[in-house]
Amino acid sequence: MSVHDLEKHFQDTIDAEIKIEPLDWMPDAYRKTNIRQISQHAHSEIVGMLPEGNWISRAPSLKRKAILLAKVQDEAGHGLYLYSACETLGTSREETINDLHSGRAKYSSIFNYPTLTWADIGTVGWLVDGAAIMNQVMLTRTSYGPYARAMVRICKEESFHQRQGFESLLVLSKGSEAQRTMCQDAINRWWWPALMMFGPRDSESTNSDQSMKWKIKRKTNDELRQQFVDMCVEQVKLLGMTLPDPNLKWNEETKHYDFGEIDWNEFWQVVKGNGPCNLERLQARKKAWEEGAWVREAAAAHAAKKQKRADANAA
Amino acid sequence: MKATLDYILHLADNALILGQRNAEWCGHGPVLEQDIAISNISLDLIGQARSFYQYAAELKGNGTTEDDLAYLRDERQFRNILLVEQPKGDWAFTTLRQFLFSSYQQLLFQKLTTHDDERLAAISEKTLKEVNYHVRWSSEWVIRLGDGTEESRSRILSALASIWTYTGEMFMPESFETASGIVVTDLETAWKEKIKTSFAEANIDAPENTFMRSGGKKGIHSEHLGFILAEMQYLQRSYPGCEW
Repeated sequence: MSVHDLEKHFQDTIDAEIKIEPLDWMPDAYRKTNIRQISQHAHSEIVGMLPEGNWISRAPSLKRKAILLAKVQDEAGHGLYLYSACETLGTSREETINDLHSGRAKYSSIFNYPTLTWADIGTVGWLVDGAAIMNQVMLTRTSYGPYARAMVRICKEESFHQRQGFESLLVLSKGSEAQRTMCQDAINRWWWPALMMFGPRDSESTNSDQSMKWKIKRKTNDELRQQFVDMCVEQVKLLGMTLPDPNLKWNEETKHYDFGEIDWNEFWQVVKGNGPCNLERLQARKKAWEEGAWVREAAAAHAAKKQKRADANAA
Repeated sequence: MKATLDYILHLADNALILGQRNAEWCGHGPVLEQDIAISNISLDLIGQARSFYQYAAELKGNGTTEDDLAYLRDERQFRNILLVEQPKGDWAFTTLRQFLFSSYQQLLFQKLTTHDDERLAAISEKTLKEVNYHVRWSSEWVIRLGDGTEESRSRILSALASIWTYTGEMFMPESFETASGIVVTDLETAWKEKIKTSFAEANIDAPENTFMRSGGKKGIHSEHLGFILAEMQYLQRSYPGCEW
């Protein structure tokens, strides 16, 4: 088959809603886009452990401590599925991780914001996991099979996390004056960064068209963002809190909420590495990896010795 | 014979403080699978602590909650042994401590499953299943590091040299143990036998004639505990009487 025929067969497969599997022929660009996106997603899970992990030692009750620890541990599990999905495209976990550490690969910018108070933990669960779910539910139907299947498992856990986050805010919202202030402050700080999680406006997004055609993505950044805004406007009412946007209002014509302009300058600054915690996050990851090197080497050396002894016994 | 409140608190404090220490690894482990494993052990320990604190809260009565006991007692009231409050150190220190402590817990909980205090027996039985896994996981690491590279071997040896002085306290009887019908001295021989098997595979020897530090069971702790509690308890202390 000529490359042209292969490409046609590939696109026909996608159009017929049949998943692409690791051994199938795929265009290089499709492979690269998936590697970029899946690894970025994996890194986001792993870096995302840091801002939340920041509060495990200080969680205000034993129940909250257990919930938070379990949640952060789930993120590690998600990272693991995603690194595995990425490996099916022919890139090793080590290479992928090296790309994160060298700055070649990105992770979600949202994790470059600090978790300053306990209310941030609930807010991250509600808004950040909430925004992530919008994207992830769509990805359960993405065209690359291993990615779609990893997303199905991840989505189940993420929606649980989002509910837990919201429930924790609900408790604060019914609590003391100080707790309500803490809750509103966290929402104010996380709202705009959460909206930025959907990426640039469709008119500015470079990867969108091809990804839609290949059904890697099925909804545009702006569509997902709008869906998220519509959902949050309703939910924030249950908390008796507000979203920090004076331009937020129902539009009878579009049947959606209009909202204010995102500070795109801030968005690009954080992407470029100038967010409040970019340096700390990457340093923490590198430190863990470097300090773990002797442990990984020891495990490999021991496994090799064990194998050698087993071989000697068998001989 | 029923277990005393102080004894239940001792069991709870041991689990909570080690759980708190191990949780420091979450997000910082040497490899993803092990990050998950140590966080999981931490989660089990916090779960154990909750079961014991809930029981202790009932014994105490007057509407006491598990969180009152974990968050509103001071350093001098904590009854955990010194071993569990030591900083997490490197991976060798963490896994070796887990191995030494879990091996002790395994023997203890095996015994407690037949204790007259039915509630204590039930918690011990449930906990034992987790502890069996902790022993397996941590012993594998001790062996791997002892029989790994030169560096891992030197690290496990130096962890052993610094940790050993804290192991004797597990077997020094305290009045709340005696009053609860627990004879910890009986566990020592079995514990030594047990760890010897894994140590042999790791090709390391238990130190001898080490001075054994104690005090934790009496509430005389190392300076580390104050910082652990300051961090752990800060929200409950700063905003008294709030629901979270």
